[in-house]
Amino acid sequence: MSTPLIELKNVTKIFGGKKDFTVALEDMTFAVNENFPKIVTIAGESGSGKTTMGMLMLGFYHPTIGQVMFRGQSLSELNRTTMFQYRREIQAVFQDPFAVYNPFYKVDNLLSIPIKNYKLAKSRVEARELMEEALERVGLRPEETLGRYPHQLSGGQRQRIAVARALLLKPKLLITDEPVSMVDASLRSTILKALRGLNRDFGVPIFYITHDLTTAYHISDYIIILYHGSVMEVGNVDTIIRNPQHPYTKLLVSSIPWPNPDLPWGGAEEMIQKSQVAFKAITGCKFAPRCPYRFDMCESKAPELFTIENDRAAACYLYRDNEILSREALSKVFPET
Amino acid sequence: MSATALLQIKNLKVYYYVERGAVKAVDDVSFNLELGVKMGLVGESGSGKSTMALALMRMIKPPGKIVGGQMILDGTDLVKLSEEQMRQIKLSRIAMIPQGAMNSLNPVMRIDKQLVDGMLDHNVMMTKEEREKRVNELLQMVDLAPKVAKMYPHELSGGMQQRVTVAQSISMEPDLIIADEPTSALDVVIQRQVMETINRLQQKLGLSVILIGHDMGLMAQTVDRLAVMYAGRMMEIGETRAMFHHPLHPYTELLIKSLPVLENKGVFSGIPGITPSLLNPPEGCVFHTRCPKAWDLCEKTIPQFTEVQPGRWVACHLHTA
Amino acid sequence: MQRGQGFRGFLNYIRRNPAFGGGLLLLLLLLLFATVAGLFVPKDGAYPLATMPKQAPSAEHPFGTDSVGRDLLPTLIYGTRMTLSIGMIAGCIGLGVGTVLGFMTGYFGGLFDTIVKFLVDVLMTIPSFLLLITIASSVPNPENMSILQMALILSLVSWVQPTRAIRAQVLSMRERAFVMMAKLSGMSGMEIIIKELMPNLMPYLAISLAGAVNGGVLGSLGLQTLGIGNLREPSLGMTIYWLRYYNAFLQGYWWWIIEPVIVIAAIFIAFLLLSIGLDEFANPRTRRTV
Repeated sequence: MSTPLIELKNVTKIFGGKKDFTVALEDMTFAVNENFPKIVTIAGESGSGKTTMGMLMLGFYHPTIGQVMFRGQSLSELNRTTMFQYRREIQAVFQDPFAVYNPFYKVDNLLSIPIKNYKLAKSRVEARELMEEALERVGLRPEETLGRYPHQLSGGQRQRIAVARALLLKPKLLITDEPVSMVDASLRSTILKALRGLNRDFGVPIFYITHDLTTAYHISDYIIILYHGSVMEVGNVDTIIRNPQHPYTKLLVSSIPWPNPDLPWGGAEEMIQKSQVAFKAITGCKFAPRCPYRFDMCESKAPELFTIENDRAAACYLYRDNEILSREALSKVFPET
Repeated sequence: MSATALLQIKNLKVYYYVERGAVKAVDDVSFNLELGVKMGLVGESGSGKSTMALALMRMIKPPGKIVGGQMILDGTDLVKLSEEQMRQIKLSRIAMIPQGAMNSLNPVMRIDKQLVDGMLDHNVMMTKEEREKRVNELLQMVDLAPKVAKMYPHELSGGMQQRVTVAQSISMEPDLIIADEPTSALDVVIQRQVMETINRLQQKLGLSVILIGHDMGLMAQTVDRLAVMYAGRMMEIGETRAMFHHPLHPYTELLIKSLPVLENKGVFSGIPGITPSLLNPPEGCVFHTRCPKAWDLCEKTIPQFTEVQPGRWVACHLHTA
Repeated sequence: MQRGQGFRGFLNYIRRNPAFGGGLLLLLLLLLFATVAGLFVPKDGAYPLATMPKQAPSAEHPFGTDSVGRDLLPTLIYGTRMTLSIGMIAGCIGLGVGTVLGFMTGYFGGLFDTIVKFLVDVLMTIPSFLLLITIASSVPNPENMSILQMALILSLVSWVQPTRAIRAQVLSMRERAFVMMAKLSGMSGMEIIIKELMPNLMPYLAISLAGAVNGGVLGSLGLQTLGIGNLREPSLGMTIYWLRYYNAFLQGYWWWIIEPVIVIAAIFIAFLLLSIGLDEFANPRTRRTV
C-alpha cells in the first residue's frame, strides 16, 4: 500500500465569521492513489461543497479542520522542492474559459510557460511541436489559435486550449471544475472526449466536478454525490444514475432533463417540493428536512455510509442494516484505489 | 400554416452596426406560432436566439437595429409601433421572463408591490382589496405561500425569485410569454420546479410560450415545437418528438447526436469546426463550412426556408432543392 | 485591453476618451511652459531686485513684476518647474514605495501585511498636512531646503494612498483564475507579481502616480504658502507666500495674484482630467460592441 498522492484527512472547511458561517465541506476523508486510472465525478448542486473539495485538493483553500496531504506530507509543511513537485503533478481545468487567461498575453503563454518551467522540451522547436500536437488533439488548428490574444478566440476555442494544456502536461491527477458548462453543446463532446482520452490512454486520474449529471454519466466511472458538504451516495456511476438508492440522489436523478422526449422527467415520489426550507446548520442528516422517508433517527444524528452491494454506499438510515463503510475506507468503494 | 397564427415573424433582420461593418445577428428569420403552443428556440452562442428575444420585446438598443421584416402579433405589426404603443403591449399582450431573476427584481421593493406595479402602470384600476386579492392569486398560481407578498427579494431563494418573475409575467394574462433561459442560474431540482410551474400556467391560461435556451434536454422535456437557429438564421422547425427522432437538417442531426443520453454512454461526437463570423457570414448556406453533406449548391445559394411536411420547415438543399 | 495600431490608434483613443486627451494636453503645455520657455528666459529675473518693482504687465515685462523687483515671467516659469519637480519626485517615490508595499502585502499577506496595514490606517487618521508642517519645520535650516529635501518630506505621506489602492487591487486579483493557472504552471510568487499582476494593474499604477504627484504639488504649495521651505528659490508656493506677505490684494497688484493662481489651477485641472481619463481606461463603462 503506497502513500496516496492526495489525501484529505477529516477535512472541514468553514467560510465566514463567528455569526454568519457556512460549512462548505464537513469531515471529508478521501484518498487518491497515483495509478488510479479512473474518472470520478464529484456531483452536487450549488452549496454542495464540490468546488470546495477541488480547491482543497489543489491547495488553493486551506482546511479549517483537518489536513490535506500530498504524498504523505501536509500541504502546509511542504518545502520548496516538494511544493514545486506538487504543482507539477496536480493540474486543473476551470469553468470559465476566459478567466484563466491573462488578457495581456497571447494564448500561447498558457502552454509555453509550463513547458518552460517544468522543462518539458529541450528547445523552442520541440516546445512548439508539443504545443501543436496538443492543440490538434483537441481539434484545434495551431495556425488559427497560436499567436492570438484571448479576446480574439471564442469561448470554445479557449476552453479547448486549457484542456490541451492538461494533455500536454500529463499530470498525475487532473481536477476539472465544470469544464464544459460554459461551452456550447456541440463542443462538449469534443472536450469530454479529449479528457477521456487523457484518462484511458495516459492513465491520468480525473476528478470531474459538476452539477450536470448527464455529462457526468457519460464520462465518468464513479461518482460521489455531495449535499451541503456531506457525502450522500458514492459508487459506480452507472448503477447510481440508473438505480439511485439515496433519497437525495433519487430527487436529483428524477430532475435530470434527458434530451429524449420519450424519457420524461422521472416520477420520483412527491418530494417535498412545495416547501422552501432554508438550510440551517442542524444535527442529523442534512437532507432530512426535505426527505419524504425521514424518521426520528434521521434528525438526531447524521447517518454513516452504509454499503449497498459491492460497488456503492449511501448515507441513509434506510440502509442501516447494512455494513458500515468507515470514513477512511471511502476510497475503497472504487476498486483499484 | 393558418393565417390566424398568434405570432407571425416574417423575414426578420436585426443587425448590429460596429466599426467594421454590420453584424447580422438575425438574418431573414421567419416562423409562426399558434395560440396555446409552447415553442423552444434553441441555438448555441452566436445563433441569434437572444437577439430574437430582445427583438420580440422591441428592446434592441443601438448599435442594434431592426433592419427589416415584420413581427405580427394578432394582426398588429410590432415593428411599426411607436414606443408608447409598444409599451402598452408589453406585459398586457407579450411578457418576458428574464434570465437571472435576481437582476430584474427591485431589491428595495416588497414582492406584492412589484407584482402589481406593472398592472398599475397600464392604468388598471384596482381597489386595495382587489390588489391584495390579485397578489394572492398570482402567488398561488406559482406555488408560493401568501406570506411571500410582504417579503423582499433577498429573503427568497433563487428558485422563488424566479417564480416571482413568472408571476409578474402572467399578471395581465398576456397571449405570449417569452422565457429567456429562465432557469440557467438554477440548480437542476429547482429548475424542474420552475419549468413545471411555467408548464402548468401555460396550460391553465392557454397562452403561448417561446422558451429560449441552449439546453436541448430542457427543450425535449417541455416544448411542443422546436426551432433551431444557427449563425443568425433559422435552420429547422418542427414538432419536438419528430425533430429528435428524425431531424432533417444536418445541423440539427449533429446537434442531437452530440447530446449525452443514457443509451450512448461513452460515445462522443461533436461538430467539428467553429461558428462563422456574423460580420462576414459565408456565402450560400451559412452551415456549409461544417456540414458533412454539403455540395457545391450549398456554397453558392442560400437555401429557402420551406415547409417540406405539414408543420415541418427546413432550410436545406437536401430537402428543398 | 485593446491594442490600437500605433499613433493612429492612440489618436482614436483620445477621441473616445476626451478627459485623458485634455489632461495630457494641458500637462504637456505646462511642461513646455516650465522647460522650453525657460530656454529663452534667463533665471536671474526670478530673484528680488532683478528689475523695477510693482510694474503691471507690459511689453517689457509680459507678466509684470512684484513688490521686490522679481520679473514674474521667469518667476513663474522656473517656479512651475520647481513645483512640478518636487511634485513628481515626491509622487514617484510615493508610487515606488506604494507599489512595492502594495504588491507584497496584497499578495503575500502575513505579519508584514498586518504591520503595513496598521501604519496606513494610522497615517490616514492623522491629518497629513499637520504632520508635514511638523516635520518640515523641525528640519534644520528650512529656508535652504532643496528640491530633494522637500520631496522626501512629502513622500513620507505620499506613499500611503498608492499602497492602499494597489493592495486592494492585488487582493481582488490574486483570487482570479489566471493567477491560479500561473501557480499551477510553476511560477513563483515574485514572478506572478511582476509578470501577471503588474501589467494588468498599469492603469491603476498610473492613476496612483497622478494622484501622488498631485498630492505632492498640493503639499509643497501648502507648506511654502505658510512660509515653510525655501523662500528664495522661485516656486509657485513661494510666490503665493510673498504676495500675501506684501499684501498684493490691498495694493491692487492683480497680476501677481492671478498668474500663479492660473498656473496652479491648470496643474490641478490637468491631473484631474488625467485621473478621470485613466479611470475610464481602467474601468470602461460604455463599450460600443455587440
